[in-house]
Amino acid sequence: MNVILYLLGASLILGGGGLAVFLWSLRSGQYDDMEGAANRILFDDEER
Amino acid sequence: MNLFKFSPSPCGRGLGGGGVATSAAPSPQPPPARGGGESFAPLSPAENTCVHCDQAAPPGRRFCCPGCAAAYETVQSLGLGRYYTQRILDPTLRALRPDPPERRDLSRFITTHADGAHELTLAIDGLQCGACVWLIESVLAREPDLLVGRVNMTTRRLRLHWYGSAERATALVDAIERLGYRLMPFDAAALAAARDSTDRALIRALAVAGFAAGNVMLLSIGIWAGEAGGLLHDMGPATRDLLHWVSALIAMPAIAYAGRPFFASAAAALRQMRTNMDVPISLGVILVTGMSLVQTMQGGPHTYFDSAVTLLFFLLIGRVLDHRARGQARATAEQLLTLRASDVAVLQSDGSIERRGQHAVAPGDRVLVGLGERIGVDGVVERGASLLDASLVTGESLPVAAAPGTQVFAGTLNLGETLVVRATATGNGTLLAECARLIEAAEARRSRFVVLADRVARRYAPAVHVTALSTFLWWYFAAGVPASEALLTACAVLIITCPCALALAVPVVQVIATGRLFRAGVLLKSPTALERLADVDTVVFDKTGTLTEPTMALVKGPDFDQFALRIAASLAAGSRHPLARSLLAASGPVAVADDVVEYPGQGIQAGDIRLGSWAFCGRAPSPQPPPAGGGGESKLLPLPLREGVGGKGPVLWLTRPDAPPVRFDFAETLRPDAVPTLERLRRLGLAVRLLSGDHAAAVAPVAAALGIASWPAERTPVQKVAAVEALVASGRKVLMVGDGLNDSPSLAAASVSASPASAADISQTVADLVFQGNLLAPVAAVIETARRARAVMRQNLALSIGYNVLMVPLAAAGFVTPWLAAAAMSSSSVLVMANSFRLRGWPA
Repeated sequence: MNVILYLLGASLILGGGGLAVFLWSLRSGQYDDMEGAANRILFDDEER
Repeated sequence: MNLFKFSPSPCGRGLGGGGVATSAAPSPQPPPARGGGESFAPLSPAENTCVHCDQAAPPGRRFCCPGCAAAYETVQSLGLGRYYTQRILDPTLRALRPDPPERRDLSRFITTHADGAHELTLAIDGLQCGACVWLIESVLAREPDLLVGRVNMTTRRLRLHWYGSAERATALVDAIERLGYRLMPFDAAALAAARDSTDRALIRALAVAGFAAGNVMLLSIGIWAGEAGGLLHDMGPATRDLLHWVSALIAMPAIAYAGRPFFASAAAALRQMRTNMDVPISLGVILVTGMSLVQTMQGGPHTYFDSAVTLLFFLLIGRVLDHRARGQARATAEQLLTLRASDVAVLQSDGSIERRGQHAVAPGDRVLVGLGERIGVDGVVERGASLLDASLVTGESLPVAAAPGTQVFAGTLNLGETLVVRATATGNGTLLAECARLIEAAEARRSRFVVLADRVARRYAPAVHVTALSTFLWWYFAAGVPASEALLTACAVLIITCPCALALAVPVVQVIATGRLFRAGVLLKSPTALERLADVDTVVFDKTGTLTEPTMALVKGPDFDQFALRIAASLAAGSRHPLARSLLAASGPVAVADDVVEYPGQGIQAGDIRLGSWAFCGRAPSPQPPPAGGGGESKLLPLPLREGVGGKGPVLWLTRPDAPPVRFDFAETLRPDAVPTLERLRRLGLAVRLLSGDHAAAVAPVAAALGIASWPAERTPVQKVAAVEALVASGRKVLMVGDGLNDSPSLAAASVSASPASAADISQTVADLVFQGNLLAPVAAVIETARRARAVMRQNLALSIGYNVLMVPLAAAGFVTPWLAAAAMSSSSVLVMANSFRLRGWPA
């Protein structure tokens, strides 16, 4: 049953990684303007 | 979710030029033209619209006004012409017609950072679709030294961040306003205070709980499958203990983190010797976790970590939804307040002008009020003669003349020449502030509404605790099992009774119903409004601007002269007078006449042609005698209905050198669907009343046409409040619908209140809901939706309580194992959510 240790480790690291990425994206304000994000994709960026 | 599909558009009643732009467009429901008119083919607005703002334009021209032409030129010269092909215009929003430039002092809204960068946040009015966001950001991208110029489409805000001088703000704002958008700065301090950290904290907690719930459940399923009696039953005690320990390691920190919103609220309630929904939640989660930890350490077979974490996860979903619904209301109110705040131009002793905030003006200061500006103070006119639109203050629909010595009130709109007003009262001393105080007092008197979920929780929490305690006592004393085992059974009871579905029952319905109403053009501002609306049994309407349309309409008689109307409209095109706008609305787009001179309070002249009161036009030779009581300055409120041709309504005369004078009659018109809507309200079992500040003679026909028996007239704001409060005191649940400043205190006094979007800003701020558009139907629709929502809420509560009644005896008897608890809990939550989503399927 040693395989269970690898499984536990792997699932926790992957899950924890996903959680960390989500918290980062939340903190960097990526969910602040969902409606704008949905529309922005339809328009090309203006290069400065 | 497109929650902000329409803007609250507080500019509806002429805050600046926005009002002109909207009302100058052809009215969607013009008074029916009988005879006469058919010989002339009226221009439909679709035939010629302005390239930039899509509003009606004079025949043969590409633009409706020079502002639009300039905006179009700017967009094309920047190479952004794609905007016009990609945009999708929303006709319910403010048209994209630029206002004349206005000088404003933005300095007190700008925050300067330590590194020399400046920041300014503004509310955008007129944002239509994604293309608008692209246009604004692209135009700003051309500006040098601008670091960030970003539009938030959800909150309709523009954030500017730039280096260099703070004065650049004016240029940046001008660049966007020239395109036709209207920008209003947010107060930096207010913005910081309102910055919402709770929402993010809740979502972080939700994420952590979700992560932990998924992982612990994964381990738990392994344990359940492997335990004796499970599918595989080949798991040794050592492996089981290991999995229990890993579960504990994941669950304990997650619970400590994600449970904080509940623990904090429960602790606060307990300190005040009360209980709320969070007390049984916290108690249950903590007890269950502690119990499971003890079991893990003792190597016992059952732990409930998965239930505790999943419970928090479901509860947090409800909490996030609830918070979003409240946040929406708050954001809307903020937006309204910002759009209301405006500066006052104070005339200094040396003749220079200083713009100050309304609060910084002292009594005795001389204030300059330009055309189209709202007076910011109460005072006495010192110089100048003009027309004032006091509809916001008094409810009077026709403008009044102002001359030196006239008393004026804050909130009045100047329709004519620049006035100098000596302030007598400012800030908190004004009539506007007085109304605000009346509102506050009325709100304080109104008994606080206890939402359904709290009423249930008040009885539910003690019942849960008593059940769990008696379970423990019975097993320990009567059945004689060891304390730890008795505690385990009591824990199972706590998990089963944890009000998980109960906590979801109301917020899910609220969010779905609010979203539906948003799409129907109704902005629900108070989170409890839905429940209060469902209780309503009496609807009280204001007349002017609520049952009737906000503007007077031209009455077209049988021998109506369409050609004369076109001439009159071309004279009126440049005026802000409400009757002039109605003329324009009736005629459709016309070219503006040359050399138009407007005499405030009298009329408009272009060469030999005059439009105005009889006294004004009568100077031209005329064979007709002056009509009795006629004249544009008449304050008599008129024939309210369309049938009122030739009556005593306000009148304009058109005189030309080579033709007999033409008379234009105006009357208040009912909103097009007022009769069917009131019928619909009565079918819903509601009593309908009318409460007006207007003269009885004006109210009676409206009441008669709508079949309203009770219609007190000539009521002052104080009497209106008293009338509404008397109704409420007699046990009725009153929905007050009104639009004027004079209605705002009674809006606050009613059980629940509604305003049309054309209402005075302060009424919209007070009202629990604001409805958009020309129709009254949303008032009935909102009550229907609220009743349906309440029915679903009750079903949800019944479902979750029924589930408890079913499961609690099993749990108390000790039959509920961890997997059964997990399955029962999740299924009840999912059931409640699924039931709520049925609301979406109902026809509007």
